[in-house]
Amino acid sequence: MTDLEFQPKIIGFLCNWCSYRAADLAGSTRTRYAPNVRYVRVMCSGRVDPAFVMKALSLGADGVLVAGCHPGECHYLEQNYKTMRRMTMLQHTLRQLGVEEGRVRLVWASAAEGHRLAKAIDEMVDRIRSLGPLRWPAGWQERPEVLAAIERVASEHASAAQEVAT
Amino acid sequence: MVRYAFYPGCSLDVSAVAYDESVKAVCAKLGVDLVPIADWNCCGATEYWGHDALIAQALIARNLARIDPELEQVTAPCAACYLNLAKVDRMMREVPAAAERVNRALAAGGLHYEPGRVRVRHLIDVLYEDVGRERLTEASTGSLDGLRVAPYYGCQVVRPFCDNDDSEQPVRMDEVLTWLGAEVVEYPVKSQCCGGHMSQISENEAFELIRRLLDCAHRSGAEVIACMCPMCQLNLDAYQGRVNHHFGTGYHLPVLFFTQVVGVALGIEHDVLGIGREIVPAREALRAHGATVVAAAEGGRDVP
Amino acid sequence: MSRRVGVYVCHCGSNIAGTIDCEAVARAVGERVADVAVSRDYKFMCSSLGQSMIQEDIEKEKLDRVVVAACSPHLHEKTFRRACSNAGLNPYLMQMVNVREHISWVTKDQVEATRKATAMVTGAVERVKRQEALEPQYVPVNPATLVVGGGIAGLQTAIEIAEFGHPVYVVEREPSIGGHMAQFDKTFPTLDCSACILTPRMSEAGQHDCIHLLTWSELESVSGSVGNFKVRVRKKARYVNSEICTGCGVCEEKCPIKVVDDVFEAGLGIRKAIYMPFPQAVPKMPVIDTAHCIWFVRGKCRACEIFCPTKAIAFDQKDEIVELEVGNIVLATGYDLFDCRRLPQYGYGRLDNVFTSLEFERMCNAAGPTGGRIVLRDRETEPRSVAVIHCVGSRDKRTNEYCSATCCMAALKFGHLVRERIGAEVYSFYIDIRTFSKDYDEFYQRVMDEGVHFVRGRVAEVTDVPRSPAEEGKLVVQCEDTLLGVQRRIPVDMVILMGALEPRADARDLALEAGISCSMNGWFTERHPKLDPVATMTDGVFLAGACQGPKDIPSSVAQGAAAAARILGMITRGRVEIEPVVATIDEERCSGCRICNALCPFHAIEFDEARHVSHVQASLCKGCGTCVAACPAQVIRGAHFMNEQIFAEIEGLLADAWSDVSEPVAAFAAGGVDD
Repeated sequence: MTDLEFQPKIIGFLCNWCSYRAADLAGSTRTRYAPNVRYVRVMCSGRVDPAFVMKALSLGADGVLVAGCHPGECHYLEQNYKTMRRMTMLQHTLRQLGVEEGRVRLVWASAAEGHRLAKAIDEMVDRIRSLGPLRWPAGWQERPEVLAAIERVASEHASAAQEVAT
Repeated sequence: MVRYAFYPGCSLDVSAVAYDESVKAVCAKLGVDLVPIADWNCCGATEYWGHDALIAQALIARNLARIDPELEQVTAPCAACYLNLAKVDRMMREVPAAAERVNRALAAGGLHYEPGRVRVRHLIDVLYEDVGRERLTEASTGSLDGLRVAPYYGCQVVRPFCDNDDSEQPVRMDEVLTWLGAEVVEYPVKSQCCGGHMSQISENEAFELIRRLLDCAHRSGAEVIACMCPMCQLNLDAYQGRVNHHFGTGYHLPVLFFTQVVGVALGIEHDVLGIGREIVPAREALRAHGATVVAAAEGGRDVP
Repeated sequence: MSRRVGVYVCHCGSNIAGTIDCEAVARAVGERVADVAVSRDYKFMCSSLGQSMIQEDIEKEKLDRVVVAACSPHLHEKTFRRACSNAGLNPYLMQMVNVREHISWVTKDQVEATRKATAMVTGAVERVKRQEALEPQYVPVNPATLVVGGGIAGLQTAIEIAEFGHPVYVVEREPSIGGHMAQFDKTFPTLDCSACILTPRMSEAGQHDCIHLLTWSELESVSGSVGNFKVRVRKKARYVNSEICTGCGVCEEKCPIKVVDDVFEAGLGIRKAIYMPFPQAVPKMPVIDTAHCIWFVRGKCRACEIFCPTKAIAFDQKDEIVELEVGNIVLATGYDLFDCRRLPQYGYGRLDNVFTSLEFERMCNAAGPTGGRIVLRDRETEPRSVAVIHCVGSRDKRTNEYCSATCCMAALKFGHLVRERIGAEVYSFYIDIRTFSKDYDEFYQRVMDEGVHFVRGRVAEVTDVPRSPAEEGKLVVQCEDTLLGVQRRIPVDMVILMGALEPRADARDLALEAGISCSMNGWFTERHPKLDPVATMTDGVFLAGACQGPKDIPSSVAQGAAAAARILGMITRGRVEIEPVVATIDEERCSGCRICNALCPFHAIEFDEARHVSHVQASLCKGCGTCVAACPAQVIRGAHFMNEQIFAEIEGLLADAWSDVSEPVAAFAAGGVDD
């Protein structure tokens, strides 16, 4: 049956202290959830460079999950707040690039919340399954408006950088 | 100033005219702008829920749907009406399937309600939060002069939705009346049930429930009971004589709507507030705090 | 760059192999991924045979990288790093893939599990090829220890460390050490007198050469890291010269001001404006409460000064900041009792004869405000019936969902004390009786035999509004008895509320200062809930007692001792290994934009004004990598989590992405299962 149904491929960045352990806990408690997320361990969700997300999407991932400690519970005190800011900006850029809402998600899961992480993954897989494969960047060539948006982002960045410099 | 859609409900039209009168007088005095919902209908009280849930919900949602699109809040003085409006809005927000069903029913009448569009609030919350302590204290004329009031909340204003107060021992009415110069007595049974329609089902049970409330108010030295619900007012006021007869007691406790007490504090004439419509007359208790009451009523008419 | 990677897929008995076709994973990775020299699967990789298999391959096959697909690295990373190290391979050239917790235990579909495992092992191979040899770093451990909190848990730690001759600083915010245990009368289940077993410990700590007590003091700040913390402590002014005060107590006797003691006497008793909280206080020295002292409020009186035989009163004393250097820190800050006013239906604060558990403890205590007499608020009448309500603020969605662990036993103890001392009827209202520890359930049986009535049901309300003549003048406890299935109204004279244990109100501030985290409820988070409940995620910071979660005395003492053992181990070793996962800035290429500077909460990044570049202080860097991700010039290098390593890992994880799902990885996976 699995070969017939679309199986999204999702890259999941897990912080070492909370969400990686949440995934460990989901395992020890035998909490079943969708097998579509492939994990990358990072020390902190703050390590997740937006470029990692873009890289994953450009290599054929249908979605990206970033999971960290709850706000206020970061092992590095406050770095997940920076993740939050970064992800907000990234979401903005992704919208311009035509990546649907819900393909890239930020989730908080403490080391005690295996169940919560599992549930978030199941929801995300369902959502992405309903959106279908991203096929990105293969899709760019087919969609001139996306190409135009990419150009626009690049030129906005360039002019912003120039502004800062002067 | 925020404007509020106003849902009066049937009781305020019939059995609780005094509530209607005092709500309007008090809100006018405080600059709380109430905009009645055009062509509102009965909320169905508690009866319809047992009969047919969809009809009950649609009946209530129709009122929500009819609220002027420019208004974002609705207030209802009647406890049952308030609870019904709040309950249906919440249910539609939390259960999309139910919202869809209700809206399908509303569509037959060309109406639609977007769950969560308006915020449903009881009038006590409007006074407590929006008008606030400062303005109420300022507006007080001192005419309550330490009138000893038992604050009676009943069930429906504080249960099950009680986001900003304690559902067992609420304090909002206590505080509002205290700001206005009343002496709010300790009334531990403040959120217990008055029996509602129990008087139609089993008088003995109903009388016992009413007796407890009267007894506690009497013991705590209250001169009047202030309530928030037409049903509560009716039970405590209209059945007081029969309760006395049944138990051989001699309670004599006027039961007013809290807005009537607020109105007295604001110096509004008693007949404008509907004081005198109650069965156990409040006049005497209010007169006991005489000097200021008369002074406040100057230029107006006192209750005959 | 050509590598020789060894891949090892563990079966973990059937834990992994039951769901994942380990052999197929090993075969696929071995055949399809470049640079894989050896790819094997084996029943138990963590066994000595499994480890020696890796070691032999490293030697014979000249492996320069190793991937182990097994359980969580939090369990066995150290094991496999050591195995590599023993065979002469740098331990940081080994990468683990967690195919057990993250795949086999959570996936039903065997084909999908095998597919995911293959992808994740491929990612790890791509990553490990780019990993670098790193050298673990070592820092010396300062043998001094800071203990925050002078309750029984903290004292246990302090005494055990001090016994080995190492200095310990105990910071206590109250005027005396002793904590909650000093307030109790009897301890369950043995009923020994709390003071009799605690005060010897207190004086031992007070007199120990190696223990330095900083009472009436609070922790201000913590900086540095494991082995070498710098700590600032505020010693609040006592207004008493500690050098010459003899603790004779004349000042207290002469002070005309009486104050309700909300702390030690839980509001039930009074103290003076100059006071020692209790007679056995350590240090035996009073403190002036400036909020009530007439001299501080109105500039008059000075009675204490006049009568002090040694002239020890010092009104001009100021707060003092003490700076300490310690190698390790133990947090033993205990708990706050739930404020029972938050459940107004139980009437605390409104109904006179409703008491909190702590008030009742003080009442039972012979040295307490009633001299140990169990009486109503009027201080005269003995109650003829007492209700004890369990779970007030515990196991309740409105307040705290957790169980406070100690209250059932304390409630049983109260039942016993009431029966024994005044013979009153006792009704214990419980949800479940939790008597989980040694000799605890026996105590429950005993208290039942003593005639305490147990009513199962959560109390709806406590009211003084009577419904019948029998209820006149009584407190009525209304409750659904869930065993009988009836509503009960039980009139009593006294009600005791077994309030929950809650995290200290300022626990989150302390956690932030110490660099550790709190659970959702606010308790300090331990390193591992089962295997390491003593350490925290921050090296060198340990937990003892109820600050980590509700705990009784034996558990607090055990945890305090465990913390001491861990610290003694570190002191004995003399140095501590720290992960070399730190950031470094390529100063040649740093533009000096300073974006990274503000991102570091540990202040590890400093800006070199002269050279106009930023610089990471390795000793302060905790390795989170946030600056690495933020550097616009990409010149910050996060050791062991470098961009190229992570990019390579992503590439490996998605190696099958462009192929149609039916081939080739899925095909072999499916085929593998059938074969």
